[in-house]
Amino acid sequence: MKRSWLATPYAIWMLMFTLVPLVFVVYYAFTTKAGDVTIQNFAKVFTPGNLQVLVDSLRLALFCTVLCLVLGFPAAYFLSGKDFSHNQTLVVLILVPMWMNFLLRTYAMMTILENNGVLNTVLTAIGLPKVSLIGTEAAVLMGMVYNFLPFMVLPIYTVLKKLDRRVIEAAEDLGANPMQVFVKVVIPLSVPGVVSGITMVFMPAVTTFAISRLLGSGMIYLVGDMIEDYYITFTNRQVGSALSLVMLVLVMLSIGLLRRVDPKGEGGGMW
Amino acid sequence: MVNGRRVSKAVKGTYLALIIAFLYLPILVMIALSFNKSVSRAEWTGFTLDWYAKLLVSDAILSALKVTLSVAVTAAVVSTVIGTLAAIGMHAMKQGWSDLMVTLSYLPMTTPDIVTGVSLMLMFVFMKVPLNGGTMLMAHIAFDTPYVVFSVMPRLKQMDPNMYEAALDLGCKPMEAIVKVIIPEIKPGIVTGALMAFTMSIDDFVISYFTSNTAQNLSMLVYSSARRGVEPTMYALSTLMFAVVLALLLVVNRRNSLEEM
Repeated sequence: MKRSWLATPYAIWMLMFTLVPLVFVVYYAFTTKAGDVTIQNFAKVFTPGNLQVLVDSLRLALFCTVLCLVLGFPAAYFLSGKDFSHNQTLVVLILVPMWMNFLLRTYAMMTILENNGVLNTVLTAIGLPKVSLIGTEAAVLMGMVYNFLPFMVLPIYTVLKKLDRRVIEAAEDLGANPMQVFVKVVIPLSVPGVVSGITMVFMPAVTTFAISRLLGSGMIYLVGDMIEDYYITFTNRQVGSALSLVMLVLVMLSIGLLRRVDPKGEGGGMW
Repeated sequence: MVNGRRVSKAVKGTYLALIIAFLYLPILVMIALSFNKSVSRAEWTGFTLDWYAKLLVSDAILSALKVTLSVAVTAAVVSTVIGTLAAIGMHAMKQGWSDLMVTLSYLPMTTPDIVTGVSLMLMFVFMKVPLNGGTMLMAHIAFDTPYVVFSVMPRLKQMDPNMYEAALDLGCKPMEAIVKVIIPEIKPGIVTGALMAFTMSIDDFVISYFTSNTAQNLSMLVYSSARRGVEPTMYALSTLMFAVVLALLLVVNRRNSLEEM
C-alpha cells in the first residue's frame, strides 16, 4: 500500500463535510420549495429592505476594518520594533484574545456598555451624564473592533517582524527623518500584512450575527442576522441559501481582489 | 538623543498598554463581577462564590458541559487520527495532489463560519438526519482536522526522508515503519494539533448553533441566555471557560515556542 492512500479518510471527510454542503447551498438557492429551478430566490434577496441591510452590513464592516487598521497598525509596528522585540509576553497578550470565544468577549462588552452597566456606573460616579449605547451602531461597532482587532495586529506584526532592519537603517543613514522612514519604507513593505489583516477583519465583520444581536439589542440588523432568521425563524431555506451564496461570493471576490495586491501570500494567514 | 529614545519608548509602551487594557478590561470586569454578591453590575456588595455554586446545580449547564466536553474530546481524537494520517499521506504525494489537498484544507478556514454552518445544516436536513450532538460532532471533526494537518505537516518536512527508507531497507513493513519511525518523530506536532483541535471545538459557537437543535453546548447556552439579558451565573461560567481556553492556549503557545528554539 502506498503511503499517499493514508490521506483518503481525510479527503473523503473534507469532501463530504465542506465541499458537498456548499453544493447544497447552491442547489437550495436555485430551486423552489417544490424543487423546480428558479432565480426568484435572488429577487427576494435584493428587495429594497434587504438591500438596506446589506448596505448597512458592508458599511459597518468597512468602518470596523478601518478602525482596526488605524488602531492595530501602530500596535503591530511598536511590537515589532527594537524596544519591545524581546518582550514575547506583550505579543502573546495582544494575540491570545483572537483564539478566545467571541461570544464570551461580546458578553463581556455587553456588561460594560449596558444602560445599567459598568461604563454608566463609572460615568455617574465621576459626575458625568449617562450614555445609552446598547442598541446603537456605535455599540455594535465597538463590539466588532473589540473582537477583531487582534486579527489585524497579527499579520501586520508578522510581516514587520520579518522586515530587514537594515533597510530602515539605510533610509536613516541616507537622511530620512522618522516620519519619512515610516511613510516611505515601513508602510510600503507592510502591504502584504495589511492586506491579510483586512481580509481577516472584514470577512468575519461582514458576516457576524451574534454581536449585532447582543449589542444592537434588536435595533441593528445585519446580513448575518438575516441569514439566521431565514433559516431558523422563517425556515425559508431557499432565500436563506440565495443570501448565503451572495455573501460567499462577495467574500471570495474580496479575498481574490486582495490576493492580487499580495500575490505571494506573504502576509501569512493564521499561520 | 538618548532622552528622545526614552520618551518614544514611553509613548509606545503607553499605546500598547492602552490596547491591552481595551482588550482585557471587559474580561477582567466580567471576572470580577462573577464574584460579586449583588446581581446588579452597578455596585460591589461583597465577595461570593454563590454563582459558581449555582453552576453545579443547574441541569441546563451541566448537560451543556457534558455536550461540550464529549464533542470536543471525540472530535479531537478523531481529527487527530485522520489528520495525522492525512499529513503523512499528503507528504508522500506528488506535488500537484498535495497542493489540491492543501487548498481543500483551507476551504473551511476561508468560508465564513455562518455559511459553513448553514451549508452543513442544509445537507443534514436534506438527508433527513436529525440535528443533534452527532451532527455537531461531524461538523467539529470537519473544521478541527485541518488544524491537525497544518500542525503535523511542518514536522514531516523537517524529517530526514531517508529514515523511512532506511526502516524499509532494514526489513520494516510500511505500517511498522510509520508507527516506529515517522510517528515518534512528528509526535510534538501531533500533540499540538490535538490540543488545537480540542480548543477550537470547545470554543465554537456559530457552526454548533446551526448544526445542532437538541444538544446545546456551553456557547449556545451563553447565547440563548444573553439574549434574555445578562446574568451572574453566566459570568461565572464564562470565567471558567476563559480560564480553560487560556490555559490550553498557553500550553500550545509554549510548545510552539519551545519547538522554534
